[in-house]
Amino acid sequence: MRASLTPLLAILAAGACSSAPRSPDRDLAALRAVESEGAGNAEASRAWREVVAQGPPALLPVLAAFDGAGPRAANWLRAAADAIAESALGRGETLDAKALEAFVLDTRHDGRGRRLAYEWLIRIDPGAPARLLPGMLGDPSRDLRRDAVARALSEAEQRLKEGNKEGAAESFRTILPHARDRDQVDALAKHLKGLGVAVDVQAHYGVISRWTLISSFDNTGMKGFDVPYGPEKSVLPGAPLAGKGGQPVRYVDFTTADPNGKVDLNAALGKEMGSVAYAFAAVESPDERPVELRVGTNNAVKMFLNGALLFFRNEYHHGMKMDQYVGRGRLRKGLNEVLIKVCQNEQKEDWAQGWSFQARLCDALGGAVPFRVAAR
Amino acid sequence: MSLIAAALALLATRGEEDWPQFRGPGGRGISEERGLPVQWSRDRGIRWRAELPGRGLSSPVVAGGRLYLTACTGPEEERLHVLAFDPRTGRRLWERRFAATGSTQRNNKTCMAAPTPVADAGRLFALFATGDLAALDRDGNLLWYRSLCGDYPTIGNNVGMAASPVLRGDLLFVPMENVGESFVAALDAVTGVNRWRHARSQKINWTTPLVLEAGGRPQVLFQSPDELTSYDPSTGRILWRHEGKLASIPSPVAGGGLVLAPGGPLTALRPDGSRLWGSDPLQSGTASPSFYKGRIYAVNSAGIVACAHAKDGAVIWRGRTPGPHSSSPVFAEDRMYLLNEKGTTTVLGLGGEEAKTLAENTIEDAFLASPAVWGGALYLRSDKTLYCIGAPD
Repeated sequence: MRASLTPLLAILAAGACSSAPRSPDRDLAALRAVESEGAGNAEASRAWREVVAQGPPALLPVLAAFDGAGPRAANWLRAAADAIAESALGRGETLDAKALEAFVLDTRHDGRGRRLAYEWLIRIDPGAPARLLPGMLGDPSRDLRRDAVARALSEAEQRLKEGNKEGAAESFRTILPHARDRDQVDALAKHLKGLGVAVDVQAHYGVISRWTLISSFDNTGMKGFDVPYGPEKSVLPGAPLAGKGGQPVRYVDFTTADPNGKVDLNAALGKEMGSVAYAFAAVESPDERPVELRVGTNNAVKMFLNGALLFFRNEYHHGMKMDQYVGRGRLRKGLNEVLIKVCQNEQKEDWAQGWSFQARLCDALGGAVPFRVAAR
Repeated sequence: MSLIAAALALLATRGEEDWPQFRGPGGRGISEERGLPVQWSRDRGIRWRAELPGRGLSSPVVAGGRLYLTACTGPEEERLHVLAFDPRTGRRLWERRFAATGSTQRNNKTCMAAPTPVADAGRLFALFATGDLAALDRDGNLLWYRSLCGDYPTIGNNVGMAASPVLRGDLLFVPMENVGESFVAALDAVTGVNRWRHARSQKINWTTPLVLEAGGRPQVLFQSPDELTSYDPSTGRILWRHEGKLASIPSPVAGGGLVLAPGGPLTALRPDGSRLWGSDPLQSGTASPSFYKGRIYAVNSAGIVACAHAKDGAVIWRGRTPGPHSSSPVFAEDRMYLLNEKGTTTVLGLGGEEAKTLAENTIEDAFLASPAVWGGALYLRSDKTLYCIGAPD
C-alpha cells in the first residue's frame, strides 16, 4: 500500500508546491471537443474536474469558452461555471463582481456565457439589474434582452396604472421593437391597442402572410409525406399537375390576416383528410443573409428554401405553436422560393381535424428579417 | 476520492433502503420502511419543506444519503435543473443547470422535468424531456453529458417525453420512443457512450423500462403501445416479445414471479413472456399497476382502485378514492398511499376483503409526481415545493 501511494503523494506535493496557477486552456479545449454519442466524454470528465478544482480564477475563462462552443460543450461549461461559483460562495468567498460585470457588458462574448455571468453577478450584487438592464433592451443575448424588456414593460405598466397614458404609450412603442418573445410581444401589442396605437404584429414577427396554396396530393395511409410531388421539383410548372385521385391540382392565392400568420387550410381549401397541400411564397430579400424559417403546425411538415430541404417532422396532431420548428438556411439577394409541405392524415377524432400552419422569416434571435412577398 | 465518498455514503445510510428510481427499488412502488406517517396536513406532520426553482413531474429519488430532484424553468422551460438535498434536513447541497438542446414543446399537463432520475450510492443520472442526459456524482461533479436530440436530431414528441431511465450496475437503460428516430438504448454508465441501441416503433410512449432477474437470467423490459420486449441487458439481444394492446403511460411492474403489463387488458405474463391471464377491470390510468403481498392493485385516472388476486386476476374489491390521479401509489406496512393531483393522499389499509380508508391527508398544492419513501418519511414534490412528511427526525 505504501509503495502504491508514494507516486500519488509525490504528485500532490508537487501540486501543493507549485506557485503558478495551471492554465485551464487545455482542459477547456477538452470540454469544447465533446462530440455526438458521448465521444470525448471521458476526457471531458477529467478536464471538468481540473477546471473546477481551480476555483474562481477559472470562472471567467470558463465563461469565455462559451464563445463558439456547440450546445453540448456549452452544457459542460455551464455546469463547471455553476460548480465553481456555487462552491466559492458556499465557502464564504466572494466572486470578482467587477470582472463579472465587465464580462456581462462585453457583447463580443457569447450570450450564453454573458447570461451565466449575469446570473452569478446578481447573486453577489442585487443592485446589478437596476444598473444594467436599462441598457440591454437591444442586447444580442435573448435571455438578457428578455429581462430588460420585462423590466421596461413593468415600468411602463406602472406609468399606465398611474394614469400617464401618453408616457406609457411612448414606452410601449419604444420597447416593442426590442421584444422577441411572444408573451412579451403580445402584452406590448395589447397595451398599445388599448391605447389606440396601431401595431403591425405580422411585420414585427416577419410573418409570411401571402401564399399560393397548391392542393391536393394523396396522403392516404400517411404515405404522401415521403413522396416528392410535383411542387417539390418545380413549384410553378408550365404544365398542369395531376393531384389526388387524378384530379387537377388547384392553385389558390391566400392572404392571412391572423397576427401570427396562421393559415387554416381547411378554411382555405376545404377539408380533405388524407391529403397533402403545399404553400408557396416568392420572397424578395434586399440582401443575402442567414435566415431561420420558423413554422408552427399540428400536421406533418417539410420546409424548403430555394429547393433545399431545411426541416421535416412526420408528426400529427400533437399540438401547434409558433416557432415550433426551425429550419436554418440563407436568403439570396432578390427572389427566393419558400415552400411548405403540410400533410393531413385520416384520424377521425375531433381533436385531429386541424390542417393549418404559420410561418415566418427571422434571424437567430427571432427578429424579423427584411423581405417582401412578390406576386406569383 | 469518489470511492471514498461512495464508501462514506454507504456507511451513512446503512440500514436505510434507497429509493433510487421511478417508483423506488425495482420500480415496484414498495418500501420496507417502518413507522411511516399515516396522518398529516399542511400544518401538521411535515418534517421539512424546501422551495423548488421550478416545475417537475419527476419524482425525488434518494441514494447514498442524498435526495435528488429535477426541475425546469424559463419561458420555454429551456433551463434544466438538477438539485441535491440532505434528505434528513432539507438543506440544499448543490444545484447544476443545463440548457435544453431538444424541443421544449409539450402538452400543458407535463413539463421538461418529467422523467425521474435514477441514482446509486455515488452517481445520479438525470434525463429531461428535451433529451438532455447528465451523469453527476453525489457531490455534483459532472461525470458525463449527452444531448440525445443533438445526437439523433429527428427525435420528436410534441406532447413531451416522460419515460425514466433505469440502472443496472454500469448500464443505464434509456427509453427514447418517439415519432422520429425512436429507440431504446443501454449506455455505459461510466462514460455515457452507447453499449447497444435498438430501433423501436415510431409512437410516442412514456413507459419506464423494467429490470428484473428471473431464473438467474437478467432482463430489461421495454413496453411500447403494441409490444413488450425483453432484452438481454448486456448485449441487447431480444429474449422474448409479447404483442398486444398495451398502455403507453403506465409502466410494467414485476412481482410474485409475474410481469404485469398495463394495457387493455392488464396482462400477467411469466418472465419468459408466456401469457397467464388478462383483466379488463385492472386497466390503469396514468398510475402504474402494483404487486404487493400476493395481490395486484390498479388505479384509474378517476381514482377507482381495484384489488385482485395475482394468481388469476380475479377482483377482490374495488373502491373509490378522490381523484384525479397522475402519480403512482406506494406501498408500505400493509398500507397503500395514493396521492391525487390536488394534494390529497388517501391512505388505505390493505389485506382484508375490502379496503379500509385510514386517512385522507391534504396539502393544497398541485402534485403529479409519484412519492418517494426513505428514512421513515414520505417525500412529495409539487411544482413549487418539496415536502418531507414524517415525525421529526
